[in-house]
Amino acid sequence: MAPELGIFALILAFILSLSQAFFGLTGAWRGKPVWMAVARPAVTGQFVFVVMSFSCLVYSFVNNDFSVLYVARNSNSQLPLFYKVAALWGAHEGSLLLWILILSIWSLAVAAFSRALPLTFSSRVLGVMGLISSGFMLFTLWTSSPFLRLIPAAADGADLNPVLQDFALAIHPPMLYTGYVGFSVAFAFACAAMLEGRLDQTWAKWTRPWTIFAWLFQTIGIALGSWWAYYELGWGGWWFWDPVENASFMPWLAGTALIHSLSVTEKRGIFKSWTLLLAIFAFSLSLVGTFLVRSGVLVSVHSFATDPTRGLYILAFLVLTIGGSLTLYAWRAPKLYAPGGFELFSREFFLLVNNVILAAVAALVLWGTLSPLVYELLGVGKISVGPPVFAVMFLVPMLPLMVFMAIGMHSVWRRGKLTGTAKSLWWLAGAAILLSLGIQGLVFGELHWLGLLGFSFGFWIIFSALLEPLRRLRQKQTLTAALMGMCIAHLGVGMFAIGASGVESYKIEKDVSLKPGGSFRIAGYDFKFLSAANVRGPNYDAVQAEVQVTRGGKPVTLLEPQKRHFWVQQTANSKAAISVNWARDLFVAMGDPLGDNAWSMRVQYKPLVRYIWLGAIVMALGGLIAATDRRYRVKVPAAAPGLVTPPDRHTELGSA
Amino acid sequence: MWKFLLPFAAFVALVVLFAFGLNPNRDIHALPSPLIGKPAPEFALMDVMDASKVVSNATLKGQVYVLNVWGTWCFACRQEHEALLEIARQHVVPIIGLDYMDEREKAKQWLTQLGNPYNAVAFDTDGRTAIDWGVYGAPETYLVDTKGRVIFKFITPMTADVWQHEFLPRIAAARRDGA
Amino acid sequence: MIPRACVWPLGIALLLAALGALAQTESATRLDANGQLEDPTLQVRFERITKELRCLVCQNESIADSNVELASDLRRQVREMLVAGKSDDAIFKFMTDRYGEFVRFGPPLSAKTLLIWGAPFIALLLGVVIIYRVARNRSRMPLDE
Repeated sequence: MAPELGIFALILAFILSLSQAFFGLTGAWRGKPVWMAVARPAVTGQFVFVVMSFSCLVYSFVNNDFSVLYVARNSNSQLPLFYKVAALWGAHEGSLLLWILILSIWSLAVAAFSRALPLTFSSRVLGVMGLISSGFMLFTLWTSSPFLRLIPAAADGADLNPVLQDFALAIHPPMLYTGYVGFSVAFAFACAAMLEGRLDQTWAKWTRPWTIFAWLFQTIGIALGSWWAYYELGWGGWWFWDPVENASFMPWLAGTALIHSLSVTEKRGIFKSWTLLLAIFAFSLSLVGTFLVRSGVLVSVHSFATDPTRGLYILAFLVLTIGGSLTLYAWRAPKLYAPGGFELFSREFFLLVNNVILAAVAALVLWGTLSPLVYELLGVGKISVGPPVFAVMFLVPMLPLMVFMAIGMHSVWRRGKLTGTAKSLWWLAGAAILLSLGIQGLVFGELHWLGLLGFSFGFWIIFSALLEPLRRLRQKQTLTAALMGMCIAHLGVGMFAIGASGVESYKIEKDVSLKPGGSFRIAGYDFKFLSAANVRGPNYDAVQAEVQVTRGGKPVTLLEPQKRHFWVQQTANSKAAISVNWARDLFVAMGDPLGDNAWSMRVQYKPLVRYIWLGAIVMALGGLIAATDRRYRVKVPAAAPGLVTPPDRHTELGSA
Repeated sequence: MWKFLLPFAAFVALVVLFAFGLNPNRDIHALPSPLIGKPAPEFALMDVMDASKVVSNATLKGQVYVLNVWGTWCFACRQEHEALLEIARQHVVPIIGLDYMDEREKAKQWLTQLGNPYNAVAFDTDGRTAIDWGVYGAPETYLVDTKGRVIFKFITPMTADVWQHEFLPRIAAARRDGA
Repeated sequence: MIPRACVWPLGIALLLAALGALAQTESATRLDANGQLEDPTLQVRFERITKELRCLVCQNESIADSNVELASDLRRQVREMLVAGKSDDAIFKFMTDRYGEFVRFGPPLSAKTLLIWGAPFIALLLGVVIIYRVARNRSRMPLDE
């Protein structure tokens, strides 16, 4: 009963989101307030039915309904309850339903918080979002329904992939999807502006907080994925430049550029076509990511089970949404050019540099990811583009950007003269370099070019970010949310740079074979394999090793890695044991048994690795603070809805 | 102004690329073999069926032959086994088996029970021979010409269709060249 | 030629020498108690080389990280070649001769891969040009307000 209810609810949601799209867009086009007024309640209705549909699937999982094909493929009666729910988004069909749910939540938020916007504009925004929802719902209903029945029902399910049976499964996809989907809001705002034929500073002010929220969820989602890969996959890497990882990184880059570009458009009314294009790109890259994960076009450890017909559908959807928006762009953007000068080294200049560099990195990552496919298409053979290539593609533009970031925080609008605090940047640069050399020499005992660059730039950015807040505190001036948001977010970038360059320069990874009683030393830590014993888990058997870690004879910790064998899928999964402190991770993962009670183990010393994810969280926190700045708070309209916005600098179609 | 059409043009190129990528005949895991046109690596390995005997491809010089890499652990090899038996019955070329990452006794039992399509089957004890041939999975089937060069590599389970359309023409051509 | 009385002691001496030589070579290929190559410089090279070679079964992992059997066979191969005194280039060539260029994570630098390795620099150049032109145009406009 529940699955059928689920399909039915989804169909109703589909009809409602079609209405949302139709009435929202044609109502605005035709100037019919009655039609436009349908959009908002349609969003609410669609939300209710999506929740219903989603709940039906949750119900099927929780009640072990193995007559539902999707549940039979991804769950098992012995799976802990927590994972039964999380398993819902463990594969293609269910994850689409999660996407749809998150999109309906964003739509509801936009509907609720857009009452201060002119009716035609908000109807267009909701209309565009309705088109996107309809597309995804149609895709799910037509090719990827999670509610298909399995007749006769399976006695028990095939179990969730052991690699996914981890806490992070519960939060990584939802956070990441919230980001991906959230960029559809900026996209919808951009389309609405293009349909209306005008884009002004007020538009930028409306769009920016939505974009920041989507961006910060995306940041957290990516960081969670990286952290999860690090401890779950057993070999301690945190980024692999896998096509699906790149698919999440590119929208993030476009989103970061968009947030910065919006600030220029908001303040000066310029860079409009840049901002528009970035808004289209951020969501387009999200959709391209969806395509890459689900179509089977590229080899990836993350790909869902694939099917060319699904790929074809998504491609058609891409053509309609991205093709449509880029056509609108080609039509409307030429008229958006606004005059407005700025000097060299003004804030606009630094943000221009930022736009160009971030767009370049996104383009390079896209090229790196797709070039093997291009070479294959051209018949030139199978080339290999792996981490060494991506490292160059990332570092060459990013290193200069870090310099611009440190200095740019102290620029002013229009004029090329930096603020007074900028004078300190000189000696702070020297201090950062000395600090970097000091840490490398004294703590690690060797210099490394990546460490030198990463630490120096990282510390310099952190110092630079703290300059203005500290000055204001000392002079008892106010600290705005905008300022604090910027400073904290950039501080996060500095932390990330220190963490990433530190771990890559000074990590030590060893594959060792250890007999009980044997030990191995890395970075001054002694890892002694004491014993191994069998333990039993809720749906697995494991061998658990006891590894004692000491340093200079003094005990540090006891690590207990496990090698788990899952009963249903009969696969093995290595669960690493990690000792964390503020300076380093110590990591032990079991490999294979070598006979004679000996085990191969991967033992790692990972200095500063936590600052990678801490940095990302700090970046997201900065975004959150910036989004709460007073100028973005929702104002209750003093008069009837549909009021005209206060006179502001804007460019109408046809004017200069 | 044409520069505003650039993003659209770039998108069109992307769509064309993706459409190509969706072609169901593509195998994203396939690797072209660098051995094509080069001399087939020689080996002299223990015979799976009789541990006292040696199987070597040195004795096959001057003949066109097929080398089929397989293992009892390989599900797809089980799938192609029927087709191999049928092909062996046609006696077109010698089919040499290379048992890879396996246990000799298991392999022997497997062939005894299910039928042996091979003229001779070698046991790759430590995987070195497989590495020399550039094997990275199973089943893999190689075609070697009269001059001892590898002329074709096929990586998914063999079928009668593939034999007909991919192997037989190449075998005929190799024989013409070698005659 | 050799006095009868000397045969035995000579024979034993030769046998011992042979065994000694055998033990030497065996210990050079033998790993230490923790499975590391006894020569630390070789171990460092081993780690670097295996991280640069792609595992062809799990195609986005290196043979250092992958735990499939092909990866461990290839690691063993690399170890043996290192101990036999082969250079890094020779080891990479061994692998690419058998598996093709794809077995390495970065494509070789050649005319056809110039677009890949050179892309960051081309992008940087383009970026500088764009920034220059926009900045110059804007600096000539009135700053207004």
